[in-house]
Amino acid sequence: MSILSITKTLFKSMFHGPYTSAYPLQKKVFFDKTRGSVKINISDCIFCGICQRRCPTGAITVEKEDRAWRIERLRCIQCSYCTEVCPKKCLAMDGQYSSPSQGSIKDEYKDARVSGDQADH
Amino acid sequence: MGNRTIIPFGPQHPVLPEPIHLDLVLDDETVVEAIPSIGYIHRGLEKLVEKKDYLQYTYVAERICGICSFMHGMGYCMSVESIMGVEIPERAAFLRTMWAELSRLQSHFLWMGLLADAFGFESLFMHAWRVRERILDIFEQTTGGRVIFSVCDIGGVRKDANAQALDKILSVMDTLEAETKELTQVFLNDSSVKHRTCGLGMLSGQDAIALGAVGPMARASGVDLDMRKLGYAAYGKLSFEPVVETAGDCYARTAVRIREIFQSIDLIRQCVRLMPEGDVIVKVKGNPDGEYFTRLEQPRGEVIYYSKANGTKFLDRVRVRTPTFANIPALLETLKGCTLADVPVLILTIDPCISCTER
Repeated sequence: MSILSITKTLFKSMFHGPYTSAYPLQKKVFFDKTRGSVKINISDCIFCGICQRRCPTGAITVEKEDRAWRIERLRCIQCSYCTEVCPKKCLAMDGQYSSPSQGSIKDEYKDARVSGDQADH
Repeated sequence: MGNRTIIPFGPQHPVLPEPIHLDLVLDDETVVEAIPSIGYIHRGLEKLVEKKDYLQYTYVAERICGICSFMHGMGYCMSVESIMGVEIPERAAFLRTMWAELSRLQSHFLWMGLLADAFGFESLFMHAWRVRERILDIFEQTTGGRVIFSVCDIGGVRKDANAQALDKILSVMDTLEAETKELTQVFLNDSSVKHRTCGLGMLSGQDAIALGAVGPMARASGVDLDMRKLGYAAYGKLSFEPVVETAGDCYARTAVRIREIFQSIDLIRQCVRLMPEGDVIVKVKGNPDGEYFTRLEQPRGEVIYYSKANGTKFLDRVRVRTPTFANIPALLETLKGCTLADVPVLILTIDPCISCTER
């Protein structure tokens, strides 16, 4: 009967259980390519500033003098353009998304080894 | 002769997923005229081409719309590639076609859910979106994003799909086809659903052409108009015929989109089968100089991308003619004579995307 066309689907759903996952108990498994947030291996960074120039939203700031790499997490659109242009391949995409926030989240990474060397001079 | 009333409909309305405003002139319960006004979600994305260079603008183009985002990026890339005379690798063309068809699938499932919601069939809405989730997972696995993929680039695509991922796509397509067959029975055969769609919002083929309707809206009125037949990307190497219905009512528009879902599944299978080996991107040197019109078929119809470059890294102008904008005159025509309760269903059958329209 045409009015019962969804009955089969409904019966299946009744015995199937929820299709959604029980989130904090059951963690979401991300794929290898998932673009959650940008991560940096700061010890390999040469502070060339290419990522800053190419970033479409201007979320990245690189300061050569301070040996510092900064990112505004909420401006970043996770396009992974920076990871492709990086000559040292020290940038990569992490599967985990940055935490929600009302204000801006600014992360700063400093090359401790190099700044220590500079302090010696 | 009843009293004429004007009812403001939208931009925020429980049944409308998109911010469009209509002043509905009613004669008792019947709509006599609909006066639209748009401009609630204008973001100035075309103007942004002056601030972002032509490589960065790809990411802006993708953000014109959240549903057909891939095809916006693809349309922009195709126009700039044509200006620069760049020939993309064959594998990139096939990957673009595959992702474009997957985008069409997820867009049509989204639309099916919204239509079910518009006529008050909540469980059907949930089931349509449950099936859609499988496609979003394919996107996340192959591109890294679920809604905005950021894979299209000038000169090809930025990510490759390995054999394992392609096999998974094929197996998901099999499950999807079975589930879709079951689900679409409800849209096509259920008498309560047919009550809401059959004979509603008739648009003749002549009117569709005269009012400039595009995409499924025109194809449901018997107009054989499908930009994929131009053979861009890898469409020239795939075998398919545009889906055409002749009735021109809401049921025909639903049927066109449902048949297109099966057509897309078939096209994705063909893409995976014919996918050649090789590079996915060629290096682009220099800046574009010239202008170009690109036409491609989005889930909602024909989109036109016009790009004008001046030899610097900043383009002079990017202009997008989106399918929803072309379908609004036809929508206004079909609204005349329907009852107030049918307005949401009618608006939904053009599959409106106001984010695209206003950019």
